[in-house]
Amino acid sequence: MVEFTLPENSKIGTGKTVTAANNATNKKVFKIYRWDPDNGENPRMDTFELNLDDCGPMVLDALLHIKDDLDPTLTLRRSCREGICGSCAMNIDGRNTLACTKAISDIKDDVKIYPLPHMAVIKDLVPDLTHFYAQYASIKPWMQTESPTPPIDQERLQSKEDRAKLDGLYECILCACCSTSCPSYWWNSDRYLGPAALLQAYRWIADSRDEATGERLEELEDPFKLYRCHTIMNCTDTCPKGLNPAKAIAEIKKIQVAKGA
Amino acid sequence: MNMNSPLSKARGLGSAKEGAHHWKAQRLTAILMLPLSIWFICKLICVAGGTHADLVAWLQQPMSATLLILLLASLFYHMALGLQVVIEDYVQATGVKITLLLITQFGSILFGLASIVSVLLIATGA
Repeated sequence: MVEFTLPENSKIGTGKTVTAANNATNKKVFKIYRWDPDNGENPRMDTFELNLDDCGPMVLDALLHIKDDLDPTLTLRRSCREGICGSCAMNIDGRNTLACTKAISDIKDDVKIYPLPHMAVIKDLVPDLTHFYAQYASIKPWMQTESPTPPIDQERLQSKEDRAKLDGLYECILCACCSTSCPSYWWNSDRYLGPAALLQAYRWIADSRDEATGERLEELEDPFKLYRCHTIMNCTDTCPKGLNPAKAIAEIKKIQVAKGA
Repeated sequence: MNMNSPLSKARGLGSAKEGAHHWKAQRLTAILMLPLSIWFICKLICVAGGTHADLVAWLQQPMSATLLILLLASLFYHMALGLQVVIEDYVQATGVKITLLLITQFGSILFGLASIVSVLLIATGA
């Protein structure tokens, strides 16, 4: 449902401030959203002034520097630190992206960091992605075939041209930056699948080896699952992997019409 | 308390198996209205200095009345489809949603029909 103001218990207060040593020359201010489910308090923005000489070049380096040296209670997901696991997706400088591939030097003012928008927060920068993952599971993201499995020394053949159709789709790392930047997903995520799950759905529709294309299309033809997309294109704008979920969704819509033509 | 599994919640009631027609109709009416609106605006500019009788005479030509009726039908159909999308986007409480959908859909039919009947009355000189 549309919410234009934050609920009373989500209003953000001011937290603590940690300043860098006076002799630091390369200073940068980080303002970070904090919320602890155990203390019953509202969320707050903590301010950390860092000496950039003490940490690496990326926003994730700064966050880990804070966690390691200034405040071990800061909670965030991270794993690969090279933009392939999708764990450290968060809202940095007003935009959903991966903390590990976002350079601190790209941000002119203070670095403001929030969890992914409009998701329930588990703690600090960790959003609850249970429903997001369940939506991904609901599109059956695996190859469905009825033809017998080829013998062990053979494979399901695919032409180079057909394989090329998966470029720009298979690279998705399910970081949820796109879905959580989409207003339609904010208002109707209970039923709208969102750009990430729809891009993945198209990845299997576009796969020449899959034999369940018709069922996949039928499953998607729904005013809410698919047609809540209004081509706002925040998804494409924000994707840290440079993919185009809006185009994938448009392709599904075109096929749905072509199916009946 | 809802103790359904996450997958059960994500699947919900399953696919409604509709939406493609709505999407296609919304785009077709938009495309149709583009030349018709330009035609209508040009005609209005042409008759701007004329008398009431000139306008009536123009509307009594079969092609003028036909095109105007086509424009009005596309317009109100497009409006009904668009309002439906806005309501589905922003209203989640089922009762309110269905009420608003009924009001806007019936309203579109009512005013659409009224405008078409008006054109027919003028065109037939009734």
